[in-house]
Amino acid sequence: MEDLTIASKKAYNKKIGMEVLFTRTLIIVALLLIVLVLGIMTTLIIESIPSMKSLGFKFLWSKTWDPVNNIYGGYPFLLGTVLTSFIALAISIPFSFAIAVYLGEYNSKGWLSNLLKNIVELIAAVPSVIYGFWGLLVLVPIVRDFETKFNILPYGIGIFTASIILSIMIIPYAASMGRELIKMVPSNLKEGAYSLGATRFEVIKSVIFPYTKSGLFAGVLLSLGRALGETMAVTMVIGNTSLIPTSIFSPGNTMASVIANEFTEADHTLYLSALIELGLFLFCVTVVINIIGKFIINKFSNN
Amino acid sequence: MQAHIKFRVAKSKAAEIILIVLAFFVTAPLLFIIYYIFQKGIKVISWNFLTQLPKPVGEVGGGIVNALVGTGLIVLYASIMAIPIGILCGIYLSEHKSSKLAYFSRLCVDVLQGVPSIVIGIVVYFWIVKPLHTFSAISGSVALAIMMLPIIIKSTEETLKLLPASLKEAAIALAIPYHRVITKVLLPCGISGILSGIILSVARIAGETAPLLFTAFGNPYLNTSMLKPMQSLPLLIFNYATSPYDEWHDLAWGAALILLFTVLLLNIITKLTTRKWNVQL
Repeated sequence: MEDLTIASKKAYNKKIGMEVLFTRTLIIVALLLIVLVLGIMTTLIIESIPSMKSLGFKFLWSKTWDPVNNIYGGYPFLLGTVLTSFIALAISIPFSFAIAVYLGEYNSKGWLSNLLKNIVELIAAVPSVIYGFWGLLVLVPIVRDFETKFNILPYGIGIFTASIILSIMIIPYAASMGRELIKMVPSNLKEGAYSLGATRFEVIKSVIFPYTKSGLFAGVLLSLGRALGETMAVTMVIGNTSLIPTSIFSPGNTMASVIANEFTEADHTLYLSALIELGLFLFCVTVVINIIGKFIINKFSNN
Repeated sequence: MQAHIKFRVAKSKAAEIILIVLAFFVTAPLLFIIYYIFQKGIKVISWNFLTQLPKPVGEVGGGIVNALVGTGLIVLYASIMAIPIGILCGIYLSEHKSSKLAYFSRLCVDVLQGVPSIVIGIVVYFWIVKPLHTFSAISGSVALAIMMLPIIIKSTEETLKLLPASLKEAAIALAIPYHRVITKVLLPCGISGILSGIILSVARIAGETAPLLFTAFGNPYLNTSMLKPMQSLPLLIFNYATSPYDEWHDLAWGAALILLFTVLLLNIITKLTTRKWNVQL
């Protein structure tokens, strides 16, 4: 380095400095993300300590939610969340699988499949508050007429209505995941089955489905994760009552919707903390579901 | 034998028809929602609607200028916070594919993507609203920025991974420092992929309501201070839609049309740019 003048030495040092600064910034940002997620978790845990202390773990199973008398039990919301999510999932699965098979196997190229693919993806793009608004003013009256016809108490709002809205919203997740996976089925497997005389339906049933089974399950898990955490659309059509729902047509509340409704009204520590504990539970469940889903998919695409 | 084969072929045909019907039936609700909102909303939208404040119940007319300005500001500040962090993190993840830090970082991105938006609202309430003792627009921006991060990070990472390795090798062979290789070679090459990720993330958060409930809170008046409660389009739709007044429903339909139109437009723009790039978001 003898022939380097002082000026160029300075420039050289500056370059090295920039280099170090840049790599450090990258590392700090990557760390920041981990800190952010840990921070979210810690905040939820710390803020729900009062409720954990005084209510314990049976909180999730106790049946009464009565903030006026300081009684908190999460069971009505747990039940509401489970009911809406699984009914929505049951409605949406046939549709998502149909889209996945159609776009992955029957018609994977061309304008028609492109159009359908884009429309399905736009379903996920519509803000949930718009689904809720539409559900409240269009779907609720339809459900109410339906309930009157079958002699059910015509609330209109309720778990059933929320499930229908949810099912529309979660179709794209399992559908686009399924489409990608079905496209990845090796064609020699399919051709082998065809050459043995299998019909298209038989190829789908006995080659494609068994091959993509785990991946399709992961897609359904991701849909479920969405359904569990969905707040606004559900809040607007579910009826918001803390009573335990008696049938799928009765109004109820989910964990997310009770937080949305009562968080700003919660006027003492235990009330607020009970709501946050619900949030913490929701956070843990969705995180576990998502990680399992991602894990299955990674395993699948590495094979 | 013949009959058996015929039955199998018929079964296959029937399955195909059922499948196609189910697949295309899904488009019905979306088209119906778009049609319905367009029909209801277009009647409300006028110059006054875009430039006036909402009027009290009982008075006809009024507009949503406070929500338009509010959404614009909240999203702008959220983008300012999320874009640099997101891009830098994306660069780190694409450059370090298998380090331990990258593994956990990637895991956190996946976790963050799955966190229900309402939970992010709760957390930001304790981080910003409670210490400041007031609901504020900036806390809403922070909540939305957290939701933007995973989308920007993923799209940056995927785009940079798709760039040919020869680009980077050629730059390094010219003795260009590492940070300049990234900022002057890789980023400009992948800019359209990264940009479309950013637009997509804006489209996702522009319609988010749940994280704003306990942060930006809403405000019936026009406010441009980031430290005070601020109205936004989704909050306005939520509050007015659940009210019993027809005048407010009309305002909500108009707001819903503007929001839906913006979000769909942003999504279509990303579709058109990613088609060139073949990035999976």
